[in-house]
Amino acid sequence: MNRKASILILALAALHLALLFTGFLAPCDPIAQDRDLPYAPPTRLHFRDTSGWHLRPFVYALQPGPDGYIEDRSQSFLVRLMVRGNKYKLLGLVPLDWHLIGVDQPGKIALLGTDEFGRDEFSRVLYGGQISVAAGILATLVALTAGATFGVVAGYYGWIVDEALMGATELFLCLPWLYFLLGVRAFLPLHLSATRTFFLLTAVIGLIGWARPARLVRGIVLTARTRNYVLAAKGFGGSDSYVMRRHILPEVMSVLVAQAALLVPRYIAAEVTLSFFGLGVNEPTASWGNMLSVLQRYSVLVSYQWLLAPAVALVITSVIYGLLADALLSRLEFQST
Amino acid sequence: MKYLALRLIRAVLLLLGVSVLCFLFTEMAPGSFFDEMRLNPQVSPDTIASLRSRYGLDQPLVVRYGRWVHSALRADFGYSIAYNSPVAPLLWTRAKNTLLLNTAAMVLTWLISVPLGVWIATLRRSAWDRAIDGLNSILISLPEIVVAVAVLAIVVRWRVLPVGGMSSVDQDALSHWARAREIATRMLLPVMILTLVEAGIIVRHVRAAVLEILDAPFVQAGRALGISNVRLMLRHVLPVAANPIISLFGLSLAGLLSGSLLIEAICGWPGLGPLILDATLARDLYLVIGGIMLSTLFMLGGNLIADAMLLACDPRIRTGRADES
Repeated sequence: MNRKASILILALAALHLALLFTGFLAPCDPIAQDRDLPYAPPTRLHFRDTSGWHLRPFVYALQPGPDGYIEDRSQSFLVRLMVRGNKYKLLGLVPLDWHLIGVDQPGKIALLGTDEFGRDEFSRVLYGGQISVAAGILATLVALTAGATFGVVAGYYGWIVDEALMGATELFLCLPWLYFLLGVRAFLPLHLSATRTFFLLTAVIGLIGWARPARLVRGIVLTARTRNYVLAAKGFGGSDSYVMRRHILPEVMSVLVAQAALLVPRYIAAEVTLSFFGLGVNEPTASWGNMLSVLQRYSVLVSYQWLLAPAVALVITSVIYGLLADALLSRLEFQST
Repeated sequence: MKYLALRLIRAVLLLLGVSVLCFLFTEMAPGSFFDEMRLNPQVSPDTIASLRSRYGLDQPLVVRYGRWVHSALRADFGYSIAYNSPVAPLLWTRAKNTLLLNTAAMVLTWLISVPLGVWIATLRRSAWDRAIDGLNSILISLPEIVVAVAVLAIVVRWRVLPVGGMSSVDQDALSHWARAREIATRMLLPVMILTLVEAGIIVRHVRAAVLEILDAPFVQAGRALGISNVRLMLRHVLPVAANPIISLFGLSLAGLLSGSLLIEAICGWPGLGPLILDATLARDLYLVIGGIMLSTLFMLGGNLIADAMLLACDPRIRTGRADES
């Protein structure tokens, strides 16, 4: 069990590191268009040409052909590690222009093909992942912070506070949440800058989701309140906020972590769903949702399978988080029995 | 009975709460339907003001809310600005399609997942059980949108099923029987996706519920008495394991109207989902609120039915102390 959880956590760490260092890993600028190469298939790496095998892979230039693209065998470009390309800021701070992989100019490398504007799908999956996963994590933080605060307050003070807060949770639990999310979106201005939409969306998604964590936390606080060490701390004159912070919150922490693993993928999917319908993060900023939205056209869905790449990335992320949540939850159950 | 009455009152209060919440949001939000119009130089501010007063949008929030509740009690949810018609019939024609789709999906889902869950539970933590459970965890953690897009991609690519809409163009020329068949074939794809999305969770809960009871001493005793496995399962295990399954069934009922928004929109099924989605894009206030209220109504109704079923099935709840859960 433990080994499974640690493998999952490692995978998760790798995923998030990749998203943090996106600028370095992505070979291209995510919004740089190339109108000559729309819907190019994933670039094939070659190791063999007429003169024999090579250790260093190379790519051929693409020429538009009668049926998609054909490789122009007369022009080949070597694939190199650590090349200079477009400028970016590592971690949003350090300006750099080094990239992990690239090809000699004027060659093009699109590991996962290009989209309708000739933008590199691989780079966009990485940059879009930054947006989508960050949205999921931020919304989860909002939901858990609100949930934990209200849950602790409700459980600790009881009586009318408890009644009022639990009534409110019931209200939020019976909301058809996707409908409500759409409703809230309907009342916000449609055209906002990408950053503003991003923060508004995460706030809304998170605020709608506070109810379930609040209930869970309240339940734990109710039992924790009567523990001897809590009573003792109160007896020694500990203030309410001190007792809540020092003695009750730690008890709640493990549940919150499990909830986080459960909520993050759900909220990533929420962002993806909204952006998919054009209600979330707008073009040209990449997000997994708005990258997938071209697939609403059946012709694109049939012809250019590589555009499913964001869906695959989403699946990988969700499955890792989901399995981790399973492992954490079953461990909690095991502890409580 | 008193218990159910209390629940009913609670549901009504919740419904009121949701409507208040909706109106509060409309008040706090900066945008409105007329924003686009305001950018148009050919429309004078006076026109917009008169339009606003015609739809009652110039009134203060409390008055608007009071009027809305007053008419909502008579099943009139206001006037859609974008469609220029009352909201209720718009919602109802679409809601019927959604109900048709979701009922079919729900029946199929439950027919598949209950036997499957029971069967997996009888495997009793063998290698098979663990393998299936692992697969199931992965299935559960797949986001709905990915399942929908992937199934759609497969279906469209190999042209297995007709995609999009609910009927073909010449449906008026068809007989009743042919029309029903047409609808059924077009429903197959969204039903399939919905079943895939929902079955996993139900299978998992049924398995967990049954597995817990299978270890109980009375089952051992029954087996020792020579009661056949099938009878033991149907007569002794399932009734005891029913509680969480019934709650889950209630959740399924509750989602009848709101569970399929995404899939309807992706498959082009003319249900409530696409309507609300368009209304959102057009910022058609009362239509959105009407949609939210209608699906909340179903949510609460589903929960209420689940409560009633639990009450009927579980004597422990009838003896009181039920409100504590």
